Amino acid sequence: MNAMEKIQPVAKNMRLDLRLIAGMIAPGTRVLDIGCGDGMLIEHLFRTKGCDARGIEIDMAEVTRAVAHGLPVMHGDADSDLAHYPDAAFDYVVLSRTLQAVERPREVLRQMLRIGTRAVVSFPNFGHWLLRWQLLSRGRMPMTPTWDRQWYETPNIHPCTIRDFFALCEVEGYAVEQWLAADDAGRRAPWRRFPRLANLFGEQALFLLRRVG
Amino acid sequence: MDQSPPAGAEPTRVVFADGMILDCGMALPDMTVAYRTYGTLNAARSNAVLICHALTGDQYVAERHPLTGKPGWWDQVVGPGRPVDTARFFVICANVLGGCMGSTGPRSPRPPGPEVAPGALWGTDFPPITIADMVRAQRRLIDHLGIERLFAVVGGSMGGMQVLEWAARYPDAVFAAVPVATAAYHSAQNIAFNEVGRQAIFADPDWRGGRYWEQDTIPARGLAVARMCAHITYLSEQALSRKFGRRLQGAGTGPASPSQASSLFGDMFEVESYLQHQGSTFVRRFDANSYLTITRAMDYFDLAADHGGDLAAAFAGSRTRFCLASFSSDWLFPTAQSRAIARALNRAGANVSFVEIESDKGHDAFLLDEPDFHRTLAGFLNGCAVHAGIAA
Repeated sequence: MNAMEKIQPVAKNMRLDLRLIAGMIAPGTRVLDIGCGDGMLIEHLFRTKGCDARGIEIDMAEVTRAVAHGLPVMHGDADSDLAHYPDAAFDYVVLSRTLQAVERPREVLRQMLRIGTRAVVSFPNFGHWLLRWQLLSRGRMPMTPTWDRQWYETPNIHPCTIRDFFALCEVEGYAVEQWLAADDAGRRAPWRRFPRLANLFGEQALFLLRRVG
Repeated sequence: MDQSPPAGAEPTRVVFADGMILDCGMALPDMTVAYRTYGTLNAARSNAVLICHALTGDQYVAERHPLTGKPGWWDQVVGPGRPVDTARFFVICANVLGGCMGSTGPRSPRPPGPEVAPGALWGTDFPPITIADMVRAQRRLIDHLGIERLFAVVGGSMGGMQVLEWAARYPDAVFAAVPVATAAYHSAQNIAFNEVGRQAIFADPDWRGGRYWEQDTIPARGLAVARMCAHITYLSEQALSRKFGRRLQGAGTGPASPSQASSLFGDMFEVESYLQHQGSTFVRRFDANSYLTITRAMDYFDLAADHGGDLAAAFAGSRTRFCLASFSSDWLFPTAQSRAIARALNRAGANVSFVEIESDKGHDAFLLDEPDFHRTLAGFLNGCAVHAGIAA
């Protein structure tokens, strides 16, 4: 867990949660970033860690921006494009704040840990106290800065909580090498030793998983 | 930018007196490759970029064409400060084998032999060639120029097929590959359109069984119809509507109706006039037998079939960096075909970028002013140059 404590100095303006992810990735490794946006993380991993980092992005405007910036990014999505990579093609496969929006999260995780030795997954935590409170008190789907779209138009079709995710890892037999909860900006929350508290107070979660066997 | 070739300069060409064995098993006793270069080869010989042209293109990629007087066919892409920057890269473009702009093809003199009349041309006796034959001829040229590894191979449409063939056949000689608006095999629909064009040429009495050169004539009608048919496939419904709509040639803005027409074919829609112009200008610069030979080469192309049916096997272990680009309204080489190549490259573990450029200009978009495409290409090549250690 020591690697977590030493967060590498990173590019200015990089999203805090991306900095946390970068901190989990060893130098000189092969990385696939699914939903890489304009490629900020893969550029950072290439420039500061010498990683062979590549990206997949569903938004064509972002893909064009990334490739025009000299980054190896292809148009594609988590649900349909991971199947085309060979086993163990990468050391790390990253899925940042996207798991809740894919069609088949369990299958996507399986693919990630088939094509990669490790998976780095971040997602917004639906177990946060404010969401629970809103649902309890108003009886309506919660609306927060993180969950800010109406139920009928949200792309986040598979919300889960931190404890849900632990349970899925258990069922699927993934080793949780590291995990942490953070607030919306990506500042780490001090609940790392207490999953139930993290599930109540963490706005998002970040997991480093490893394939077992 | 000065587009004129150096005064009095002959088109650059190299003759390989030992010829080349073709995929069909026949041997070309000698082989000429006509080419143009732009920019300067650096001391390390590491900055060479090969541009591969499409069906009716040629080596005049970035300079005024000697026959038509038009600017180079990709002068928005290749030149000083352009995405393929000739101030930085040494750019080579060769006329394909089977072409009619100086490289060996059906219009070349046939080598002397017992049954060959003096002064005879190859004509339809020119052996069938493949995309791989074109690439092998280019490889001979590259070797001749003393270049071991190309920094990049770039091309669209049939040029993209050559790029794929280069990357599959000579992976260590290609640092970066940019196949644009292309496919790993020619689809049934594309073969069908090519066949319509060929049949139009065959049906022209002036084709004379392919020996029109003996009568000092050309199958202008047939070749023009072939071009008109093909040209429709290069455009899109939106592009045609935008450019021409249903407007009549020289008839103002009134609606087209039979009651106003003096005869059935008297009035002409603007789109008809445009296509006829495309056809009639084409026949002045292109050889009909070359058209037959090259369309056939495209039809034969199936890269996966050459590798046991698995496209990924064509790129196994490749360290080449790929950038695939397609155009949203291209129905001749649709995005799905580029995506299939990208996925095969993923299966092979290759480094691949893939973008679909939003455009309503159809297949032709790769030749036109598409800023997103140009930005993508420039950025990709810049990124690769960093990895290849080529100075800015």
